[in-house]
Amino acid sequence: MAVAGDPAPAAPPIAAILKDAALAAIVTFALALPLVGFETIDVSGVGLGLNFRFAAVAIATATVFLGRIGLAAIALGRPIAVLVPSAGVAAAAALGPWPMRTVAWLVAIAAAVLALRAGLALRRLAPGAGAGAAIPARIVGRLRRVAPPLLLALGVAFPFLPFTDQRLLDIAILVVTYVMLGWGLNIVVGLAGLLDLGYVAFYAVGAYTFGLLALNFDVGFWGALPAAGALAAMVGLLLGFPVLRLRGDYLAIVTLGFGEIIRIVLQNWWEVTGGPNGVSNIPRPTFFGLPFKAEPDEGEATFATFLGLDFSPAHRVTFLYFIILAMALIVNAFTRRIRRLPVGRAWEALREDEIACRALGINPTNTKLSAFAIGAMFAGFAGSFFAARQGFISPESFTFIESAVILAIVVLGGMGSQLGIVLAAIVLIGLPEFLRELNQFRMLAFGAGMVAIMVWRPLGLLSHREPTIRLHATGDRA
Amino acid sequence: MLTIAGLSTGYGHIEALRGVDLEVRAGEIVTLIGANGAGKSTLLMSVCGSPRAWRGRILFEGRDITRMPTFEIVRLGIAQSPEGRRIFPRMTVLENLQMGATTAPEHFEDGLRRVFKLFPRLEERRLQRGGTLSGGEQQMLSIGRALMSRPRLLLLDEPSLGLAPMIVKQIFQVIREVNEQEGMTVFLVEQNAFHALRLAHRGYVMMNGRITLSGTGRELLANREVRAAYLEGGHGA
Repeated sequence: MAVAGDPAPAAPPIAAILKDAALAAIVTFALALPLVGFETIDVSGVGLGLNFRFAAVAIATATVFLGRIGLAAIALGRPIAVLVPSAGVAAAAALGPWPMRTVAWLVAIAAAVLALRAGLALRRLAPGAGAGAAIPARIVGRLRRVAPPLLLALGVAFPFLPFTDQRLLDIAILVVTYVMLGWGLNIVVGLAGLLDLGYVAFYAVGAYTFGLLALNFDVGFWGALPAAGALAAMVGLLLGFPVLRLRGDYLAIVTLGFGEIIRIVLQNWWEVTGGPNGVSNIPRPTFFGLPFKAEPDEGEATFATFLGLDFSPAHRVTFLYFIILAMALIVNAFTRRIRRLPVGRAWEALREDEIACRALGINPTNTKLSAFAIGAMFAGFAGSFFAARQGFISPESFTFIESAVILAIVVLGGMGSQLGIVLAAIVLIGLPEFLRELNQFRMLAFGAGMVAIMVWRPLGLLSHREPTIRLHATGDRA
Repeated sequence: MLTIAGLSTGYGHIEALRGVDLEVRAGEIVTLIGANGAGKSTLLMSVCGSPRAWRGRILFEGRDITRMPTFEIVRLGIAQSPEGRRIFPRMTVLENLQMGATTAPEHFEDGLRRVFKLFPRLEERRLQRGGTLSGGEQQMLSIGRALMSRPRLLLLDEPSLGLAPMIVKQIFQVIREVNEQEGMTVFLVEQNAFHALRLAHRGYVMMNGRITLSGTGRELLANREVRAAYLEGGHGA
C-alpha cells in the first residue's frame, strides 16, 4: 500500500505529523534564537560584540524537526526507516569535523537516543520477544552479584591500566572521594533515615582540623587523621543533640542551617582559620615517613630514592589514589558489618518506624546520635584527605552545593545501596569531568543526568535492600 | 502485676483518659472493650509512656513506671503489639523478629522457634519483606515480634482489626495458648467485644475516657448494657 521510501503509510495523517514536527521546531527555534543564537565575543579594541550563530540555531531546529518525524515513524511501526538514518547522523555528528563541538555533541546524543528507541521498537516487533519486561530485573540481579568484585578489581588496577593518564587518575581520585562521602552519608540518610543537608560541614571540620594542625603544630597527615575523625564525630554529636526530636523536612532545614553556620564560622574566624584566604601549604601525605619530592633535602630519603626509582609525579598521585580507595573501602566494609550488628539494625528500624522502635526497647536518642557521629567521622577522614590532596583549603570548597551533590549521589544511587552509590558517583562526578568539553553546558548535563535517573529509576539506580539475616534457625537444631 | 491508679492523660488540651483505675493480675487475660475514641488505645500506649500520664500512677510488679522512658519500661518485661501493627515494612520477617529480640538477644533462636511454631505462616514467609505481607500475616508478625522479647506482660491493641474471621480465630487461639501454656499475662484492647470477652478472664468497659463497667468475661457477656452497646446486631464470626 505504501510507496517504498515514503516515511509513513498513506492512511496515517502525514499532515498531522508534519504539523506536530513543525510546531516542535518552532518552539525550538524560539528557544534557541536567544539562548544559542547570540554569542558575546571580544572585539579587539572595541570591547564586547555580538556574534550571531545562525548555523547552530538552524541545526538545532532541524534536529528537532527530523527527530519528531522520526518518533512518529517509530510509533507507526517503521523503526527500520528511522534506525538507519539516525544511527548514521549520530556517527557523523560524533566523528565528523563539525564547526561547533557542543552542537555536534547534542545532535549526536539526540540521534543516538532516537536510534536507541528505534532499536527497542524493532526488538518489540520481532517475534518471540515477549520476555522483554523481565530482562531489566534479571540484569539488575546479575549486576548486583558480579559488579562489586569487578569494580573492586578495576579500582585496584586502575592506576596501572594502559590508558590511565594523570588527568584520568585525578578524576578517579575525585570520584572515589565522593564515593567515600556518599557511603558515609549513606549511614545517616540511607540507613538511619535522617535527612542531613549539611554533611559538608563535617567534611570541612576534617579538612580544617588537618590544615590547622599542620600549620600550627607541624602534624603530618597520618597523625592528624584520627584527630580529624574524632573532631568531626564530636561536631556530629553537637549537631545531633538539638535535632533529636526533628524528622524529615524539619531536620533537613536545621542541618542545612548547621552546614552554613560551620562555613560562615570558618570564613569569619580569620584569626584561626585564615578567613576567606584559607589555609595553604598543607603537607602531602608521606609513605611511611618517606615524602614524594623531586629534590630531597640534604641526606633526606624520599619515596623514589629509597626504592631506587626515578622520581615521577605519578608516584604521588597513585599513592593518593590508593589512600582514598583504602579509606573508602574501610567505610564500605564498616557499613556492611555494622548492618548486621544491633546498632546497625536499630538504625534501619528507626528509619522504618520510630514508635515501634521505642516499643521494642530501643533507645532512639543513642541510636540517632551514633548514626550522626559515625557518619560525621567518615566525612572528617575524607575532609582530611581532601586537604592533603589539594594542599590548600578555603571555606569556598565547603558550600551547600557540595552537600547537595553528596546527597544526590546517595538518593540517586538508591538509598542504602552501596553499589548504587558507586554508580551514581561515577555518573554525577565522573561524567561532568569528562564532558569538560561541554564547558558551560556541563551543569546542564549534570541536571539532565539527575532528571533522567529520576524518570527511569525513581527509587534510585539500585534500590534493592539486601537482608542482613538469612539463617534458618529452627531447621538447624530441631 | 500491672496496676493503674487514677490515670489521666491526653493529647494537647484534650483529655482522653479521666481517672482510670485498672488492675491486671499475673497469669490473667484482661480485655478492655469500648467504642471508637473511648480511650482504649490511649490507655494501652500510656502504659509504655506515650502519652505520658498527667495525673495518677502506673505500677508494674510493684515498681512505679509512670515517668520511666519508654525503652526502659519495655526492658522490664512488657511487650507491645501496637495499634496499626507497626511492623518494619522494608525489613524481612526474620529481621522484624530479630528487632523484637532487641532486649533479649540471647533468646533469639529459642524465640524464633517458638514464634514459628505459633505462626507457621511466618516461617514460610521469613525472607519476605514485612510490607508485602497480607494484613493477617502482618498482625501475626506484630504479635510474634512482641513475643520475641519473652515478655511477662503482653499488650495487644486490636489484633482483630480488619482481618478475616478465620484469621481472627487463629490469632485469638494463639493468645489463649501463650496464656495457658506459658502463663503469660495478656492485656487486650478490642472492639470485637464478643470474641474478646469469651477469651478473657476479666474485662473492663470504657466509655469517654472512664471505666464504666468491669467483671469477669462471662458476667460482661451476660450484662444487658454491654449486650445492647457492643454485642447486639451481630456477633461477628
